[in-house]
Amino acid sequence: MEELEEEKEKKDIFESIWHFLASVKLAIFVLITLALSSIIGTIVEQKAEPAQNIALLAKFFGDSAAPSVYNIFAKLGFMDMYGSWWFTSFLVVFSINLIVCSVDRFPKTWRLIKTPQKPLSGNAIRSLPVKKELTFKAGLNTVKDEFLNGLKASRYHVLEATEENSIRLYTQKGKFARLAVYVVHLSIILIFIGAIVGIRFGFKGYLNLPEGSSSNVLYESATKSIPLGFYIKCNWYETEYYEDGDTPKEFHSELVVIEDGKEVLTKVIQVNDPLTYKGITFFQSNYGMMPNARGKFVLDITPAGGQEKRLRLDFGDVFEIPGTGIRGRVHDFSPALTRDRNTGRLTSYSDNMVNPAVAIEFMPPGGNNFVGWILKRYPETGIIPGGHSVKFADYWGVEYTGLQVSKDPGVWFIYIASIIMGISLYICFFISSKKIWVEITGDKKAVSVVVGGSTNRNRLNFEREIDKILAHVSQAIEGRSK
Amino acid sequence: MNSSVFFDISAGAYIAAMITYVIYLVLRNKTVGLVASGITIFGFVSQTAALIIRWINSYDFWMSSHPMSGFVEALLRGAPLRNLYESLIFFVWSIILAHILIEFKYKNRSLGAFVTPIAAMALLFIDISGTSKEIQPLIPALQSNWLLFHVLLSFLGYAAFGVSFGAAAAYLIMVTESKKEMPYIIGSVIIAIFIIVLVGMGIDFMSLSSAERAQLIQSHFLKASLRSDSGGVAAVSWVVAVAFILVVWQFGLRLKSVLGSLALTHTMLDEIEYKSIAVGFPLFTIGGLIMGAIWANSAWGKYWTWDPKETWSLITWFVYALYLHARFVGGWRGKRVAILAIIGFVAVIFTYLGVNLVLSGLHAYGSG
Ligand code: HEM
Repeated sequence: MEELEEEKEKKDIFESIWHFLASVKLAIFVLITLALSSIIGTIVEQKAEPAQNIALLAKFFGDSAAPSVYNIFAKLGFMDMYGSWWFTSFLVVFSINLIVCSVDRFPKTWRLIKTPQKPLSGNAIRSLPVKKELTFKAGLNTVKDEFLNGLKASRYHVLEATEENSIRLYTQKGKFARLAVYVVHLSIILIFIGAIVGIRFGFKGYLNLPEGSSSNVLYESATKSIPLGFYIKCNWYETEYYEDGDTPKEFHSELVVIEDGKEVLTKVIQVNDPLTYKGITFFQSNYGMMPNARGKFVLDITPAGGQEKRLRLDFGDVFEIPGTGIRGRVHDFSPALTRDRNTGRLTSYSDNMVNPAVAIEFMPPGGNNFVGWILKRYPETGIIPGGHSVKFADYWGVEYTGLQVSKDPGVWFIYIASIIMGISLYICFFISSKKIWVEITGDKKAVSVVVGGSTNRNRLNFEREIDKILAHVSQAIEGRSK
Repeated sequence: MNSSVFFDISAGAYIAAMITYVIYLVLRNKTVGLVASGITIFGFVSQTAALIIRWINSYDFWMSSHPMSGFVEALLRGAPLRNLYESLIFFVWSIILAHILIEFKYKNRSLGAFVTPIAAMALLFIDISGTSKEIQPLIPALQSNWLLFHVLLSFLGYAAFGVSFGAAAAYLIMVTESKKEMPYIIGSVIIAIFIIVLVGMGIDFMSLSSAERAQLIQSHFLKASLRSDSGGVAAVSWVVAVAFILVVWQFGLRLKSVLGSLALTHTMLDEIEYKSIAVGFPLFTIGGLIMGAIWANSAWGKYWTWDPKETWSLITWFVYALYLHARFVGGWRGKRVAILAIIGFVAVIFTYLGVNLVLSGLHAYGSG
């Protein structure tokens, strides 16, 4: 006796926990909580320097209170909220809620789909949410045929049950659309799984590769490196600009994958077009200058009417334009040459290579040395007297390419789940599950008809559809009787 | 050819249409209604022409800097959805399109008085926010098809949410019996704040030099009124703002008798409110969240970073998910869900503009 009681109590507790976890009230509560706490996370800067957020908090709480408020907030995890234990817990509760709720309701929906539709009597039809009554001066079978036609024209597959003096028609459409919400919910869970797979089996990091150098690790933070399993090398990095002004047009780097001493893959990457090798993807993310680096001046030299020749020079090196006797020397360099508007002097307006220029001292055979600035972005500045051309192709070896590196085996999961979500959302909202019943009673001369139906959504549309079918049918019957 | 003439014509037409719709609401004269519809359609045609011209121009612009591009690539890169200005214009275009469709479907003009103001306000916002109208070169991160579809679908979704906002507002007015009802108070206060912020930005705009106007959103937001450095100006602004909220609350219900006498039923408004969300929700899920994530992944290798813009999209999504569940499973009806539809659209606006006004994110989008 006692034991049975206990058993029952246990079952009650289990049941009430289940009900709690399946309830939509809990879902509403969790959704509101997630939304509200997410707002906090967009106000407080995440993973930022404490000083930054203390300054922010000072605006709300005053200078004196800000540090202690900061400490409380930091303890609550607001400074790295989306990774905090309680935010994660809410996501877990959200998932459990979603799963339990769907499991709880699914059998009922499934039964609804699986139970065959039965014919209904006139009185039962009259109690449906949508109903219409009509009479016709026509025979039972005529009216039935026209209803069959009318419903078929609207793509209903109709069943019928015939009794004495009455015919019952019944039909339904889109019953499987009822499953779409479950698929929507499932796809949310799949996205979570994809995210977890990515966190568990993938990594994210960065790598700053100077031109010409290579690496077999990437960095998760300044102190933590992750081995790649192969070498990645940057041949060159380059920013391309739109002609007028300094809006960048494209950032690109040429990367080479080197495995076991062999070059296995070479690709010029750019933003939105990364390189992937063995599941590890290298994204063009930023770039910069290396401090105190000395690079090579890459010049393309063409004597008037002659062949182009590429030279790689150090600062101060002397070269000759072939066959002309004109010698040149790398004399000066500016990463971003401009003429100062006030003083008229040439200066650099940035430390980045926004408008790189090299000054060459030209030494023609007869003396009369002169210095010319040649701009990389404007090759026409390299034409010198005599029609010879010296193009400044690159100052190579001083820039690094900033790569975002990631391996995320969960991404495909997420993409597939997203597609599923898109399709099932569409079905869920735009395909209704509709049922229609008709009872026709009467004899060879006059009949009365009761039509009714139910739908799980878009009731007004459904009513319009029924009206249309009825109008169609009435017209056809009148047409026949003429 | 220059598109701005056509844009100006359409802007003028929408504002005229808004006024005419309101007159129609008051007079209930059929001719006035016809005129309002006519003006709206005229504005829509003009705006469509403007969009096409701008598209052609930015196609040429892209071709001139990328002569090696193919036709399709240049067409996609030139699509007029490339910055804040163009996206707002597209938003206005979509919401007017939705409005015209509804007018034809429901054979009812009254909703126009609630939807055209949203379009007019967006146009006003374009002018006073000082967003650049130039065709600008695309920076590398924005040269992506995913981004294009992301923006396109998001804004169609936003427009649908805008319609549901209009319907929910009209619905609230129709079913409210007394000014003291909570849903009505919340609704009227939100709408009043909406207008106050816009007017406040208008004042900012007028008080700034043209050089400063470019920075309006980032550094001068409401600095000429509510957030003024002068205590007096700020105090007066707050008093005026509060007074305005009270006025909207007090007189908003007057529209009720007007609405009631039209062929507009509250069931119809309720249906439009829901249906627009049913259209907007999948669009926003696929276009806003999913394609945004795909774009982020293809550009940076991270599909989700919890940056403020992403997070606010998610909050918006939660609000509309809440709407659907409250309505279909939680048994909420009528006024309570109408409030959710209104809050949802406020979240949309905040995602779209507020994040750039108040918070700063990693998205280059919307900063210019
Ligand atoms: C943000 C995440 C969610 C999304 C996007 C979502 C999506 C949807 C959609 C689109 C519908 C159909 C609504 C309609 O009939 O118009 C739905 C229905 C429903 N959802 Fe969710 N849902 C989410 C979270 C949840 C959670 C956490 C629960 C847990 C209780 C839940 C329980 C339900 C139930 C019970 C239904 C009704 C199913 C039916 O008609 O039989 N949903 N959901």
